[in-house]
Amino acid sequence: MPFIPAMLWTDALIYILVGCLVLAGFYVRSQEHLLVVWRKVLQSRPGMAALTVLLVFVAVGLLDSLHYRPRDAQGEIRSALDALLVRLKTDSEKTYSAPFATHLYAKETVEREDGSQASVYPRLKYGGAHLADPAQSFADILARASVAVIVALAAWLVVSAAVTVRLARAAQIGFARAARGIARGETEVAWNAILLATGVIALLAVPALMLSSHYHIFGTDKVGNDVFFLTLKSIRTGLVIGTLTTLTMLPFAAALGILAGYLGGIVDDVIQYIYATLSSIPGVLLIAAAVLMMRVVIDSHPQWFATTAERADARLLALCLILGVTSWTGLCRLLRAEALKLRELEYVQAARAFGVSNARIMLRHILPNVMHIVLISLVMDFSGLVLAEAVLSYVGIGVDPSTTSFGTMINTARLELAREPVVWWSLAAAFTFMLALVLSANLFSDAVRDALDPHTRSRAARLSAARAAP
Amino acid sequence: MISYLIRRVFYAIPILIGVNLITFVLFFVVNSPDDMARAQLGARRVTQDAIEQWKAVRGYDKPLLYNGNADGLGRVTDTIFFQKSIKLFVFDFGRAEDGRDIGHEIMQRMGPSLAIAVPVFVLGLYVAISLALMLVFFHATYLDFWGVVLCVAMMSISALFYIIGGQFLVSKLWQLVPISGYATGLDAARFLVLPVVIGVVSGIGASARWYRTIFLEEINRDYVRTARAKGLSELVVLFRHVLKNAMIPILTGVVVVIPLLFLGSLLTESFFAIPGLGTYTIDAIRGEDFAVVRAMVFLGAVLYIVGLLLTDISYTVVDPRVRLQ
Repeated sequence: MPFIPAMLWTDALIYILVGCLVLAGFYVRSQEHLLVVWRKVLQSRPGMAALTVLLVFVAVGLLDSLHYRPRDAQGEIRSALDALLVRLKTDSEKTYSAPFATHLYAKETVEREDGSQASVYPRLKYGGAHLADPAQSFADILARASVAVIVALAAWLVVSAAVTVRLARAAQIGFARAARGIARGETEVAWNAILLATGVIALLAVPALMLSSHYHIFGTDKVGNDVFFLTLKSIRTGLVIGTLTTLTMLPFAAALGILAGYLGGIVDDVIQYIYATLSSIPGVLLIAAAVLMMRVVIDSHPQWFATTAERADARLLALCLILGVTSWTGLCRLLRAEALKLRELEYVQAARAFGVSNARIMLRHILPNVMHIVLISLVMDFSGLVLAEAVLSYVGIGVDPSTTSFGTMINTARLELAREPVVWWSLAAAFTFMLALVLSANLFSDAVRDALDPHTRSRAARLSAARAAP
Repeated sequence: MISYLIRRVFYAIPILIGVNLITFVLFFVVNSPDDMARAQLGARRVTQDAIEQWKAVRGYDKPLLYNGNADGLGRVTDTIFFQKSIKLFVFDFGRAEDGRDIGHEIMQRMGPSLAIAVPVFVLGLYVAISLALMLVFFHATYLDFWGVVLCVAMMSISALFYIIGGQFLVSKLWQLVPISGYATGLDAARFLVLPVVIGVVSGIGASARWYRTIFLEEINRDYVRTARAKGLSELVVLFRHVLKNAMIPILTGVVVVIPLLFLGSLLTESFFAIPGLGTYTIDAIRGEDFAVVRAMVFLGAVLYIVGLLLTDISYTVVDPRVRLQ
């Protein structure tokens, strides 16, 4: 093998999370009462469109989480994404260049053949380097983009046709009828939204990928790195912070919340005291204090980490843990209130009358019935955490400066707007990708909450009843 | 009610002790003062003498909890725990890295912080509630649907982008107001307009959506039907009846942050170079000024607890059925 697989701590946790999700998926499929709820998510058009976008982000993040160590370059850890886009990673220019540019953004003094000096915009080493005459770049981009659009449309048609054929077979109807059903949104799963989202993604992603091998489609940053590549690398950091934070705090929040609500008494008092104390410190300040201290610990023990990648990864994980410690109180409070309510219900009383132990009641009867709150808060927290990462990086208590993230990108890019002429593309790229990620996460979490939360479910029923009445 | 309030103040004491212990553990037990000295002095090969001197100047050269060398009460008082943590209770914050008194600095910087935070808070509340009531007024129409979509889109944009984009457009391209800075007196308005507007706009999405759900809870209650049956116009129903009845959930989220306005906003203040507490905190975090961060953590917790107390009192003001006993 020319490489050795390498596993970072965050990678391992991500795989565990993906494994849990797959298992949970199989479990839900086998349980009719859970399936009913999730079908509502599948029917929601904004939710499914958002999920499609999210899955693309997750795919990029997972590719970037498959790390390995090549045999030739000792010590340096790479990911599958680096290997796939190896040209984007290695083809760096000298300094800034605009999107699709063929020349650098800054003038350089070069010596002409006759010995005189001139200040010119030099050609890029890689961006548009295949062109004999840079003036043709516009026609070249147009030609390549049209090919890419045709490829994307063809791929999309194939996928759509495949979906339609499968649906037609399952329902034993004709192809045309199935296609009409999808277009009108009469299917059980909101396929029209999924296919629409897939089409938009294909139309954007295929040209972007095909053009990026010949141009820097989002330009290059101060040291000449391709901004498109940096943006793709940032996705993993955002996903790690958004998911692992909730994952690390979940066991504590669930255990303490249920214990406090179910057992009551002194246990309740102690747990309430702990979360009242923690939540009374404003979040940013507690995070700042903890991150500063974590940094001193890591800096005073350099021997713990073999490579800078491992150190950056440890800092990322520590940041997730700290964010988790400071944010579990909200979920804990919700779970305590719910457990307090469930404790008085007949089925729990019955279980207690049968002599079922407290531990078993909490595990078998309380926990499954508060899971909807856990799931809702998991998806609701995600977008907030992605946004928080950017702010924390600006404040200086975010991820390691060597880790690419939306926060570090914005942080380096914000001064570029003050430059003359303005360098806008790094910021625009970070903005677009972050907005797409957070917006789709918000829309998806809304769909999940509407389906899972009995409170909103009953309200929706009430509203539709009220509307139907007059 | 007075006795209730006194009881609540006593309840706050154990929480403040807890906060105090957390800061003590974070700042002095997780890392020894030696580690902090090395982090602060920066250099890798810093001498032991320099570390000792750094600790002596800041009073970190004492034992953590128990001083065996001192006599009498000094055994307990002449320690890091007493000097640095217990003294926070009387708002004696000690000195920052630059040698200035932190308490004095905080008093100085509260004014500029409030000059931004109060207008943002008041205007933001007003705009968000009006917008939410408007969405409820057009409930179940396309206007409502797209209004909510707009809210979700607005809350999906990082606060950093609002500030960077606003500064770029308004100050750099259109040159309407200065990019950053601060002045005293009426002159300050010139510098405050943009941060206040940006602060309001960046918060609208999330809060308008939140208030909308609160109002939707109320809209199907019986008293609303009665009000409509009396022939009141929909606007009167919303602004007079629904708004008043939705006050309790609104106050729960709003009153608690009022004392925290003193701390200012980290992002806005630092981007607009306003010499408030937000900038102070951010500078302390970046400069690893542990004493200032510790002071702000404690101050933040105190203000939060005051906020909880105010929330309880505000309930009795808006809802005569609530009695604090």
